[in-house]
Formats: sequence, structure tokens, C-alpha cells
Amino acid sequence: MTNDSRRLRGSAAIAGVGESDQLGRLPDKSALQLHMEATHNALADAGLRKSDVDAVFTSGRNTANDLPEYLGIRPRFVGGTQVGGCSFLLHVEHAMAAIAAGLCEVALITHGESGYSRIAMPAPRWGSDSTNNQFELCYGTSGPPTGYAFAATRHMHEYGTTSEQLAEVAVATRKWAALNPKAYARDPITIDDVLGSRLIAWPFHLLDCCLVTDAGGAAIVTSAERARDLPKKPVYVLGSGECATHQMVSQMPAYDRWDAAQVAGERAFRMSGVKHADIDVAQFYDAFTIVPILALEALGFCGRGEGGPFVSNQRTAPGGDFPMNTNGGGLSYTHTGMYGIFTIIEAVRQMRGECAARQVAGAKTAICHGTGGIWSAAATLILSTER
Amino acid sequence: MADTYTGPIPKPTPETLPFWEAAKRHTLLIQRCDDCATHYFYPRPLCPACLSRRVRWVEASGRGRLHTFVINHRPPRNFPVAAPFVIGIVELEEGARMMSHIVDVEPDPAAIRCEMPLEVVFEDITEEITLPKFRPRKEP
Repeated sequence: MTNDSRRLRGSAAIAGVGESDQLGRLPDKSALQLHMEATHNALADAGLRKSDVDAVFTSGRNTANDLPEYLGIRPRFVGGTQVGGCSFLLHVEHAMAAIAAGLCEVALITHGESGYSRIAMPAPRWGSDSTNNQFELCYGTSGPPTGYAFAATRHMHEYGTTSEQLAEVAVATRKWAALNPKAYARDPITIDDVLGSRLIAWPFHLLDCCLVTDAGGAAIVTSAERARDLPKKPVYVLGSGECATHQMVSQMPAYDRWDAAQVAGERAFRMSGVKHADIDVAQFYDAFTIVPILALEALGFCGRGEGGPFVSNQRTAPGGDFPMNTNGGGLSYTHTGMYGIFTIIEAVRQMRGECAARQVAGAKTAICHGTGGIWSAAATLILSTER
Repeated sequence: MADTYTGPIPKPTPETLPFWEAAKRHTLLIQRCDDCATHYFYPRPLCPACLSRRVRWVEASGRGRLHTFVINHRPPRNFPVAAPFVIGIVELEEGARMMSHIVDVEPDPAAIRCEMPLEVVFEDITEEITLPKFRPRKEP
């Protein structure tokens, strides 16, 4: 069974999820406190104790050394894969493999980031001799907004994708946020509001861009067998996939499509055996409005170039036939800087039927997908209450 | 000049130094693989297409096309170019791509299009560092 991940299908489950006690603007909490709160809440959700945790995965500014110390855990499996905001989706795949190999049994995946208030968040800085500074920053780039926009512009050129189609994503996502009491931005917006908001990096307006907030999120992954003995309904990991292609956006292999996402998605669907029509709800990392559009194409929900028409007429909004980012997404619920963990939290809650006003009726199977860096890495998970 | 430039200033590394030394002479150097004939950028001593280490520096024609672009309205603090300005991904005639400023164009999406022909110009930002930039050119 070399190079065939299908034997991992359904071998692990997500047994618990949690956010920090609050999300939003939290100047009284450090990044590590946000980790701690999310971990505490996820363990309680799973019905597990700290002493049950034997693996710790984290990413970002806090390392897999910081967390065991702060939380007082001594993991015997440590995961610190850092490829940007989707890292936590990769951690699920890595935890599943480690559990299947017998290296650990209860894995904590944790994120905490004081993205807005910057408490215990030293600013990252590229050295003057980094490739980034030599070949990109010297041209006045402004991080993700300029980086992600290169693909939006090329997609518009190739396929006629419009600013109105990008705005459809922001408007639909805001409608979901209105149904989520934890969402940061809940006031309704229109397509004209998006197009009339100030330009950040054309073609992106302010409302094409995700929030910047403070929050934590965590998930507990364990074997399917152990998850069945825990209080909450297990959400099985049926499929997973990941890929990385570049670091600097000027090295992106193609700008009108998302190669890393295509690889991740193909692997996840193949492992799961799930068909696109079986997906009830989608949680796609929406750092910018173009990102879910390229994800829809790369993951095969529509053809190449068809992502703009796909999201038109509020198809992804409450009541639409493709419920997407039902928590309100990075655009309206929360975006700390690394949103990936929140796709998992919301998918699990939807699978369990815990989402109250925003619950997608009868949802059994979910897809989570994330981006890392500047379209640099991608990861996909297919989750279901049925194995 | 060196005292007043307020933007990020590239600091060459051993594998990029020939590129920066050439830029100072207003020459655009890229690299070419002797084994698979791929031209590539940014500078590194192995071919990213085939991993060969038999690579050489070659002078690029300086002509290319605008593959994609953004118009940055919110540049980093103290960046010395007034916003909005155009940042492009330029596809050189040889096939390699690089990020650069697109100069001598209105920062207006109606005035810029993907695939527009470009040619290199050089801007000396300090005594040591010259940035290649690109401006529109008439075909061919």
C-alpha cells in the first residue's frame, strides 16, 4: 500500500473543538493566553483532561516548545509544521498518521494569535538579505493584500471574473456572520458597499479583505475507537491532502489557478471516496474574496474559470445551495492572521448540529480547505459523522 | 542618495551578488540551465526545473510582458514611491518571471492590461543598489 493514503480513511476523529473565551479585539490577553483558553475549551468539549494529551501541534509565532511549557504538557509527539494559516489543517493529517502509527493517541492542535492587539506578538521582519527583501519588498509590496491580488487580476484577465463576483463572496459571508453571535462584523453589506469601500490593493477593496482580530482556536484529534467512547459525536477524518509550491508570490507557478489546492483536494477526495455532491457544507479559508473562488475551481466544484459565476446570486449565502463559511469566515467572523483552525471548528460544529440559527439542516459531510503564505501551501480535509 | 532612500534596500547574498553587480551597470542578468535550457529567476546556483548545478549567468533582453499586476494603495510606511503605484509580475522574453515596478503608466486599471509589452529600465536607489523596473514598450 505504498503511497496510498486510503488506509488512513476514517482512522481518526475530531473529538473536541474550542475557541478562546472571546474573539475580536482583546488587548488584555496575550497570544499564549488565547492558546490556553482555546485548549481548555477544546479539552472540555472532548471530555478529556490535560493528562490525556500526548501530542501537541502548533504553528505561527508560538512554537511547539512554547505550548508544552505554558500548558504544562509533556507531549511525546511534537508537530510544528509552519506553512502559514492552513498549517492546522496539515496538523490534522499529521496527527492522523501519527495516531495510526501508534506514536500518540490524543493530539492537541492549538492556535492563538493577538493579531490585532499584538500582545506578545513580536513583529515578523524579513532580513535585508532575505530573498523576500531582495526581490519583492523592495518594490513596496504590502504583504497578503498585494500578494493575493496578483491572482485575482490574472483570473479577471483570463476568465472575465468581475469585482462584483468577488463582492458576492463578501456579502454572502456577512449574511452568515449575522447568524453567528461570535462573529466580529455582523451588519449587513451590499455589493455596492464592497465596491464603494476604499481600495487597498486593486482589485481588492477593504471589504474584499479579511478582518484582523485576536483569537485562539483548538481541536483534539484521537483515534476513531477512542472518540466513540467520548461524550460528543465523533467527526471522522475521511480524507486529507496537502501541498506546497512556493514562498514568494513572484514564484507562484500560475496565477489564474491554484496548483497547491488542486493537489491537496485531489488527495483528500481520493482518500475519502466522497463525491462532490455528498458535501453538505464548505469551510474555505477566505483571506480575500478571490481565495474561495480559486478553491472552488481547484477542488473541482466547478470548472476552471467558472468560480465567479459559481458564487453569483448569493449561492454561498444562507438559503443558497452551496453553504460556505457558515461561521462568517475570515471576512466577517474572525481572522487572527492564521485562520485555518477555525475552518475545522465550524465544520465540526455543523456536523454535530450545534450551529443554531446558522445550522445547515441535516449536514453530515463537510470540506475544510485552507491557504498558507501567499497561495503558497494548501490543505484540504473531508470530515463526516459517518465513516 | 544612499542617505535619503527610505524604502527596503536589498542586501545581496553570495548567490545573488552577480545580479546586483550587473544591475548597478544597468544590465539585467538571469540564469540559464545548461542541462535543460530553462531560464530562471531569482538567482540561485541550481536549476529549479531539473536541479542541475550546471547553470550560467546570461544577459536578458530586457523585454517582456506584464503577466499580472496590482495597484497598491496602502504601501508600507515611508516607502519612497507615492501611492497608488503599480507592482507587476513581469514575464521576460526568456520565460523567467520577476516582480517589479511598472513605471510610466497611470495607476488606473483602465490604463493597464495583462500581456502589455514592457522593457526594463534601471533606477539607482543607493550607491550600491540599482532596482530593475519596467515601462511600457511599443511592439515588437
